[in-house]
Amino acid sequence: MTRTLIPLVLFAILVGFLYVGLNLKPREIPSPLIGKPAPEFDLPRLLDPQSRVASKDLLGKVTLVNAWASWCVSCRAEHQLLMELAKNQNTQIYGINYKDNRSDALRYLQRLGNPYVANGHDLNGRVGIDWGVIGTPETFVVDKQGTIRYKQIGPINADVWRTTIAPLLQQLEQEQG
Amino acid sequence: MSPHSRTTLSVLVLFCVLVMPAQAIVESKDIMPEEFQSEAEKQRFKELVAELRCTVCQNQNLADSNASLAVDLRREVFEMIQAGKTDQEIADFLVARYGDFVLYKPPFKSTTAVLWIGPFVFFIVAVSILIALIIRRSSAPAQPLSGQESNELNRVLQQAAHDTQKKADE
Repeated sequence: MTRTLIPLVLFAILVGFLYVGLNLKPREIPSPLIGKPAPEFDLPRLLDPQSRVASKDLLGKVTLVNAWASWCVSCRAEHQLLMELAKNQNTQIYGINYKDNRSDALRYLQRLGNPYVANGHDLNGRVGIDWGVIGTPETFVVDKQGTIRYKQIGPINADVWRTTIAPLLQQLEQEQG
Repeated sequence: MSPHSRTTLSVLVLFCVLVMPAQAIVESKDIMPEEFQSEAEKQRFKELVAELRCTVCQNQNLADSNASLAVDLRREVFEMIQAGKTDQEIADFLVARYGDFVLYKPPFKSTTAVLWIGPFVFFIVAVSILIALIIRRSSAPAQPLSGQESNELNRVLQQAAHDTQKKADE
């Protein structure tokens, strides 16, 4: 009896591993930056290259920092949601415009709307590297002290917003600045 | 599809293939061989990027990947070498941003313990099972043959002896 059971049990274990493997997302590499201060940056603004947007602008409020680019298809997918958040939820969204041409980025914002408080123009992707951006879009939740509390790899969808990001923002708003 | 619309389509496809990529990507330049100051530096660079994992195309190392981020990170590694950083400092720079994931040889700690010890545990379990099976088999008493089995054995042996004799006679 045990003799016939052993292969069956082994098979069941194998199936278990494969089933879990199916649902893993290898793209979602846990970020070592969570719990750490947001990496410093100081970039020219996308809309007004003469002035700058820097990491110190993030202090004192709960913010989303969204790395995006006009050439990024899935950024378009989440753009509508970002517009909605900026307009109705009063969410402060800062953008890192990652490895993008200014003219392309401006056209993108003109056509789809601009949900960002400000955008840093990260032309050579150097700030993206400091933030550990692997591929756009990525969104960081930064608390009032400027600490990264969460990283979303890939577009934010309504589900992630409702179950994860919105409750987190609410909790962070309660914290002392 | 009419010939006319087919032409339009081909032009469109051609446009996409030729023009769009040039527009879309702000590409940084890869390291050229002549940029290295010495053969030793080149060798060190090669070894470093072979040990680092590309985060975009995850089954490639930084040396082999053509992803735009990999090109940027190669440039980053190159510049750190030029600035006189040690291998450890360069690895730390990348780990601080992308985690232990970028190292093909991650350090031993609680999150990577299973990764390091796992294979040895499997090996020890497999060897123990093997040894247990061998011991059990060799210590098991030999089963006496049943009457029918010993008759069959005798018959086969006789047949064999008969065959050998016959062959020798020929």
